[in-house]
Amino acid sequence: MKRFDYLKAGSVAEAVSALAAHPKARLIAGGTNLVDLMKYDVEAPGLLVDINGLDLKRIEESENGTRIGALVTNSDLAYHPGINRRFPLLASALLAGASPQLRNAATAGGNLNQRTRCYYFYDTATRCNKRQPGSGCDAIGGVTRIHAILGASDSCIATHPSDMCVALAALDAVVEVEGPNGRRDIPILDYHRLPGETPERDNTLSPGEMVLGIRLEGEASPRHHTYLKLRDRLSYAFALVSAAVDLKIEDGVVRRARVALGGVAHKPWRDLEAESLLVGRVPSADATDAFIARLLSGAKGQGGNDFKITLAERVIRRALRQAAAGTPQLQHEKAIA
Amino acid sequence: MLTNERRQVGRAVPRIEGPLKATGRAAYAAEHSEPGLLHGAAVPATIARGRILEIDSRAAKVAFPGIVAIYTHENRPDAAWLDRSWQDDTAPPGHTYRPLQNDRVLFDGQPVAFVVADSFENARDAAALIKVIYERDVPETDLSAKLAERYEPPKKRNGISPPPEPRGKPEQAFDEAHVTISADYFIENEHHNPMELFATTVLYGEDGSLTVYDKTQGSQNAQKFVCNVFSLKQDKVTVINAYVGGAFGSGLRPRHQLFLAVMASLDLKRSVRFEMSRRDMFYLSYRPAMHQTVSLAADAEGRLTAVMHDTVQATSRYEDYQEVVVNWSGLAYRCDNVKLTYGLAKLDAATPGDMRAPGAASGLFALESAMDELSYAAGLDPLELRRRNFVHFDQNENKQLTSKALRACYREGAARFGWERRKPAPRAMREGHELIGWGMATGIWEAQLQSAKARVRLSANGQVIVQAAASDIGTGTYTILAQIAAEALDVLVEEVSVQIGQSDLPETSVEGGSWTAASSGSAVDAACLAIRQRLLDLAQKDKASPLKEATVEEVVIRGGHLRLDVDPKASVAISELMARAGETAIEEEGEVGPDAKQMKKFASYTHSACFVEVRVDEELGLVRVTRVVSAVAAGRILNPKTARSQILGGVVMGLGMSLHEESMIDHRSGRIMNHNLAEYHVPAHADIHDIDVHFVQEFDNKASPIGVKGLGEIGICGVAAAVANAIFHATGIRIRHLPITIDKILAGDKTPTDRAA
Ligand SMILES: Cc1cc2nc3c(=O)[nH]c(=O)nc-3n(C[C@H](O)[C@H](O)[C@H](O)COP(=O)(O)OP(=O)(O)OC[C@H]3O[C@@H](n4cnc5c(N)ncnc54)[C@H](O)[C@@H]3O)c2cc1C
Ligand code: SF4
Repeated sequence: MKRFDYLKAGSVAEAVSALAAHPKARLIAGGTNLVDLMKYDVEAPGLLVDINGLDLKRIEESENGTRIGALVTNSDLAYHPGINRRFPLLASALLAGASPQLRNAATAGGNLNQRTRCYYFYDTATRCNKRQPGSGCDAIGGVTRIHAILGASDSCIATHPSDMCVALAALDAVVEVEGPNGRRDIPILDYHRLPGETPERDNTLSPGEMVLGIRLEGEASPRHHTYLKLRDRLSYAFALVSAAVDLKIEDGVVRRARVALGGVAHKPWRDLEAESLLVGRVPSADATDAFIARLLSGAKGQGGNDFKITLAERVIRRALRQAAAGTPQLQHEKAIA
Repeated sequence: MLTNERRQVGRAVPRIEGPLKATGRAAYAAEHSEPGLLHGAAVPATIARGRILEIDSRAAKVAFPGIVAIYTHENRPDAAWLDRSWQDDTAPPGHTYRPLQNDRVLFDGQPVAFVVADSFENARDAAALIKVIYERDVPETDLSAKLAERYEPPKKRNGISPPPEPRGKPEQAFDEAHVTISADYFIENEHHNPMELFATTVLYGEDGSLTVYDKTQGSQNAQKFVCNVFSLKQDKVTVINAYVGGAFGSGLRPRHQLFLAVMASLDLKRSVRFEMSRRDMFYLSYRPAMHQTVSLAADAEGRLTAVMHDTVQATSRYEDYQEVVVNWSGLAYRCDNVKLTYGLAKLDAATPGDMRAPGAASGLFALESAMDELSYAAGLDPLELRRRNFVHFDQNENKQLTSKALRACYREGAARFGWERRKPAPRAMREGHELIGWGMATGIWEAQLQSAKARVRLSANGQVIVQAAASDIGTGTYTILAQIAAEALDVLVEEVSVQIGQSDLPETSVEGGSWTAASSGSAVDAACLAIRQRLLDLAQKDKASPLKEATVEEVVIRGGHLRLDVDPKASVAISELMARAGETAIEEEGEVGPDAKQMKKFASYTHSACFVEVRVDEELGLVRVTRVVSAVAAGRILNPKTARSQILGGVVMGLGMSLHEESMIDHRSGRIMNHNLAEYHVPAHADIHDIDVHFVQEFDNKASPIGVKGLGEIGICGVAAAVANAIFHATGIRIRHLPITIDKILAGDKTPTDRAA
């Protein structure tokens, strides 16, 4: 771990200006990801800006939707009655992640901005374009069990590890950010990015910007949804593949279909065009086939993760069946519904 | 006879040191301190094979004025020269690795520099600033690419029996058999991952003596190592391991934290602590990868007519690390045509190390999977196949067995599990989306007795002190020794104080191989017997003593009295005997060791039958182990509570071996990529369901003087095969490569996807 300066931010403005003034500054919220990375010398912030004193811990509900402060812990969010009533998909995804202890410390903003679990990113003795731009990517051709099958580039094949963000993607959440140039909204699907030539950038935050909160607007299905996560043990492991599904079904016909995949790409993966193949039809094997064929048409394995293509296909099938039947996966139930 | 209330042995006594541990008062190796203590940190090599060209520590020195020393191969103090001096009691043949010896890098993570500073943080952060330039060689770390280079280890490892000579005509019998199977089985490296990190705190005494708190499974083994390597007199070095936070075999050999901390302490004449990181621990030691081939043949009744088992196991370039892997296949079942072969292949990695049931856990995975395959080929129930091949004899060594209640394990285990309700065909049982499978396997482990001494002191007021160098690595040694002394001297367990885990206490070998309870337990029992003898001698000095004619076998200690077993009235108060002799306490040593005469005729093993239920999601390949019954025959059970915990832990570790554990190596660099507990998976609570531990009655008066066989390893033996067999029964997919992860199940699944919406 490298030495760093520490600032306890008294206001959002102070945090933002500190971020803008110090190119090597990092925000710290729950610290469950950042502190690990600092211990491994992957992150070496010159200045730690502690935002835990800021008034960003509220969940506000209104007619138009729900606003989640960036410092709301994953546990508080998962067990919030309003979230469970209006966005049970989000609550379910949160409970599929990490462990109770971690969820008690982890925050919404931190979860959104957590970094990849790529083994090579964590190991400073290897080359990694995300950690050190331009150095190369040792994951390619290496141990790739947890790597991407969609949207990868020659520079980086990492995945985004979050469960929460997969649900947010299916729910079309909006991320509220504030920076030196003021406040703006970023739709969740534009928030995380694909690696392309610049894998060092996980998301579209501009320098000096921070997340204030996450808004959920519009409706979500109270019944026809599910979060289905497959992993290497029954709890406390990152997703090999996960799917968040939100369907609107009227008179047996799908009116809205939102499906996001986790564990497969540098961002929660959604394909709106593929989703349109599900809409206007009764849930059926044929519709699902068409959807999967389209969604995974660009899927490409890296060797150690080739199985994820088959797994993704099966996870989607099952998740769509769960959602259509109105029998969402319960996270404490380890048998898959 | 003792009435039941007074029995101490066989009672479920909670761990006597439990409250100390639960309240944080039990200090582990890294928790001892003194003012001015220095802290060390190692710089790990980042290549698996090559040479160090340059070590640049300028930046570290500038940034951290608190650095006291930086040791590398260029400036380290001298240490012993001969290999012999570096070889501890458990070392395999070869050139023991010596930290900082020269510029050669032999394995990834090898310490190439050692920083000593005024604080842990300064040492760690300075170590990160040290730049090492290497000349890289291409490492070879993939066992499957090295099978052709197998060799038979020229020198055998002490205590590890090489495979027996072939018997009968196995090849011919195989060719002529009614039914045969032959298959290859693979295991990847697994890591011990005890909770406590490897650590050594060396307190440097004013007279130059060292008090060394070390995480080790043998304080005397560590002490001898330190004395040999640094040419120190035994009385200058005391090693203490009073509490050990798990080890599973990783603490048998002295680890490099011990060498580096002592080296720095002697050089600087200061007290030094070095605690490894979790990542450091992954480089140290592991259950080695293996490639095994098992061929079995049987007649029409399912009786084995040929057994062939071949293994190629990974070792390092510098030591021929050996385990007993294939021998089990020659003694588990009756068979007259047997060929067992075992070879090593050298990899650019640290030497593997004994990990819970070394050899047996891996070898039985192959044998017991193959037996399951044979059962289907022969059209027999897997349990029935094993029953038909039961043998009450060690055919490898041509010896009788001290006991073998394995049939009771089969019978009682099967009854508890409900095995008779099993539908024989694969894929015949299901519930919802899940296929249900029931599998079983036999477990075997050697019951060993090692030389051990113990000292027991009985005070006139009834207080008892038990002393031995023995270690308690979280297994319950403190407790069972207290129980044995309490019963022999008829006091309460609370009246016994157990002092173990220190090199200047009576000699005991390392804590491994499941032999501590049998060995140290028998030594304590022998010491108590010696006390009884001394008391009887004192009594018989009195011409009028009612015990005048008694022999030591005829007297017992009851309620502070020495008396005739058959006549409570023929009794003398112990306090009176001591007073008469002018003593306040009596102290005796007991000693036990293997009985060479008996070992010529008898072999001794613990046995188990493990029954497993899995549920496998048919579409997704997700495996859940929902029930385990482990029925164990291990001689006398001293404490059902600590005994059960041993088996539970073994089963859980076996489930990890089956489904989760492997080091993922990037063979281009030779680096382990998942070297942390987030990515190296061991079972989480959600993975563990019902585990029913059952001990069958087994009387054995030869395995050890107190009838104990040991329990540390038997729990894991057979578990991986039972899981793989259950998965086959559920799905019809045979997985011969551990761990059994989703991708392997999906790859084996040739059934069309269920497309129903
Ligand atoms: C062993 C382990 C297992 C885990 N398993 C899972 C899992 O299964 N599923 C899963 O989803 N997650 C898992 N996690 C990850 C966990 O969810 C994240 O560590 C956590 O959500 C991060 O939140 P935090 O508040 O602690 O973030 P911090 O560690 O404080 O910060 C993380 C990053 O976010 C940035 N940041 C924090 N707040 C803001 C803000 N308001 N605006 C902009 N940037 C910000 C920080 O600068 C930092 O770069 C696991 C973590 C561990 C250690
Ligand atoms: S995949 Fe991305 S994060 Fe991993 S090593 Fe390559 S560049 Fe780095």
